[in-house]
Amino acid sequence: MPAVSETREAVEKLARSKYEWGFETDVEMDLAPKGLNEDIVRLISARKNEPQWMLEWRLKAFRQWQEMDEPQWAKIKHPPIDFQDAHYFAQPKKKPGPKSLDEVDPELLKTYEKLGIPLHEQEMLAGVEGAGERTPVAVDAVFDSVSVATTFRKTLAEAGVIFCPISEAIIEHPELVKQYLGSVVPVGDNFFSALNSAVFTDGSFVYVPKGVRCPMELSTYFRINARNTGQFERTLIIAEDQATVSYLEGCTAPQRDENQLHAAVVELVAMEDASIKYSTVQNWYPGDENGKGGIYNFVTKRGICKGDRARISWTQVETGSAITWKYPSCILAGKGSVGEFYSVAVTNGHQQADTGTKMIHLAPDTRSTIIAKTISAGESDSTYRGLVRMQPKARNGRNFTQCDSLLIGDQCGAHTVPYIESRNMSARVEHEATTSKISEDQLFYCRSRGFSEEEAVGLIVNGFCREVLKELPMEFAVEAQKLLQISLEGSVG
Amino acid sequence: MNDFLKIEGLKAQIDADGTPKEILKGLDLNIPKGEVHAIMGPNGSGKSTLSYVLAGREEYEVTGGTASFKGQDLLELEPEERAALGVFLAFQSPVELPGVNNANFLRTAVNAVRRARGEEELDAVAFLKLAREETARLSMSGEMLKRAVNVGFSGGEKKRNEVLQMRLLQPSLAILDETDSGLDIDALRIVAEGVNSLRGPDFSALVITHHQRLLEYIVPDRVHVMAHGRIIHSGGPEVATQLEKQGYKQFLEAAQ
Ligand SMILES: Nc1ncnc2c1ncn2[C@@H]1O[C@H](COP(=O)(O)OP(=O)(O)OP(=O)(O)O)[C@@H](O)[C@H]1O
Ligand SMILES: [Mg+2]
Repeated sequence: MPAVSETREAVEKLARSKYEWGFETDVEMDLAPKGLNEDIVRLISARKNEPQWMLEWRLKAFRQWQEMDEPQWAKIKHPPIDFQDAHYFAQPKKKPGPKSLDEVDPELLKTYEKLGIPLHEQEMLAGVEGAGERTPVAVDAVFDSVSVATTFRKTLAEAGVIFCPISEAIIEHPELVKQYLGSVVPVGDNFFSALNSAVFTDGSFVYVPKGVRCPMELSTYFRINARNTGQFERTLIIAEDQATVSYLEGCTAPQRDENQLHAAVVELVAMEDASIKYSTVQNWYPGDENGKGGIYNFVTKRGICKGDRARISWTQVETGSAITWKYPSCILAGKGSVGEFYSVAVTNGHQQADTGTKMIHLAPDTRSTIIAKTISAGESDSTYRGLVRMQPKARNGRNFTQCDSLLIGDQCGAHTVPYIESRNMSARVEHEATTSKISEDQLFYCRSRGFSEEEAVGLIVNGFCREVLKELPMEFAVEAQKLLQISLEGSVG
Repeated sequence: MNDFLKIEGLKAQIDADGTPKEILKGLDLNIPKGEVHAIMGPNGSGKSTLSYVLAGREEYEVTGGTASFKGQDLLELEPEERAALGVFLAFQSPVELPGVNNANFLRTAVNAVRRARGEEELDAVAFLKLAREETARLSMSGEMLKRAVNVGFSGGEKKRNEVLQMRLLQPSLAILDETDSGLDIDALRIVAEGVNSLRGPDFSALVITHHQRLLEYIVPDRVHVMAHGRIIHSGGPEVATQLEKQGYKQFLEAAQ
């Protein structure tokens, strides 16, 4: 894979560096010294010009984190993470980028091309200098670009939607942040959420007021911006009564990052009749052919349907990272509220994924649907882990779960671990699971019709994932399909 | 030279639970350009195996002999290269592809082959027009295009879908492996028509069948009798009639 060599280089460079990191807070600084202590938390808060309450919040989180242990229950293996051996305020110094696409690794460009990413976007993704300034309207959805941010904001502001970096929301909309931050994922929910709460530096804030249908998918915007997102993202989305919003996170282009550990927290709050659709395409660097150097992705995503008939839908396509640990969940607290989870997780090479969802039914007539597609190739290992809980008050609660695993080759593993807890006689929980292999018959059938082996695998895999892919916003679905094929290149034969 | 498909002394085996099992045992067959040949033979004689070997299925290991098509060594090519060269196999048991939209599958296949042949690709509109014409010609419901490839298709629908693919891919050598089995009387006629309308100086076919009736509709230039992995007898269309009446016994005895 093209991004592989670049990332490896970047990671190695960082590791090799003999640079003495100074502990200074002047504007020139790119990195805080390694390690995590209260001073670092204070530094982060100060660099973000945060109010005192936010600093207090972080410090409390940090103290809580110190008391906690890394979870061990997931079916993943990795060398112990030394949390003191990382930079927690790390805005990597802008290295001089290539002057034009001619200077970019042709392998990387090939991948972009396969994904069908337009040329000007390729420039941006490859970090060509000045790409942001030269690009035309359709693409200048760059987070940093002042002019565009303004255009977007104008449309959104007219609708009353707030969409801004979380650091800005802390300053501009403290009442909202205070009310909701940590309300869905409490600071001490788990080891990684506590860590994130102490040190998060990036992320977004969305507020859609009562009765407003967000006028645009908050997607293209982020597709580009994703390149710059940090390792501890924090996202908070609030949809008031009857509000509707669709948010798209991630990027199909392979993403490199110097930071190995990623621990994001996403919180969604949906009030009465509100609807939040959150789609993710995750393609972080998975490591080299031996699985070295890939991203560890420990994510806590949770939404609460607070109001009656609220709806939260998670759709994810996970193809990257060395390790994925992620369970987007729904708390169905409003009567008749709906939670959905659609997931495709692909692992190849030495990747490991332990992912799934939790559907917590608290109120009557709540419904949830889980469709999880797991594809394992190479020597990878993938686990679906899902919890469906029907609380006593969840009368007539309904869940339908379908977990399908597809194996490619015979050195990979796929596991399904469903937890069902029903404390309610009137609730109904249905679970279906299948495991299949791409058969020689299918491959040969496709190839005899002119498909190359890789195209055939891509076709079959996309067919396998169809129910999930159709949940993605249109243009993203097309890219995701190509991504699936590329992720599995070299997995057969 | 009129060597189109030329098979000499072809031997192939399959790994049957660890022990190699020879199925094709020195098979000779020539199909000149523009001719339609039929193969008939008892169950298990190796007809489907022959079709798989010609289409490039890897599980069958060729251990001897040669097979060339249009002067090229067929056995060296990948299945998709053979498709591009014009080889098409209508499967005896068409394979189901869950979730894969039939129209999308057909269009991708058509364009893969067109690309490989240096022809212009069809855009979605042009393809759909063509596909609609062809489904109508085969009396298939347009709804078949929207469904997943072969999933939940009836036996006859699967066979028609194979013929639809053949017509769209425009092969120069079509191998039809018992495409008539499971077809009702009307469908048999329709499918035969679908093959006959492709007949011409640049189209050859190898029709594998158990039933003489198909050969009343698709009248072959030659009929070959296959048994125990070999062609044991070849003749004109009358061979089929003879088989229908008397069975394989006489040919098997004569071959011994
Ligand atoms: N994968 C396999 N493993 C073991 N034996 C096989 C395999 N494939 C084919 N054979 C055997 O090879 C022989 C020829 O099979 P083939 O399918 O080519 O016969 P056929 O002439 O097409 O028969 P039919 O008229 O029933 O379709 C049979 O005895 C079959 O059992
Ligand atoms: Mg057969």
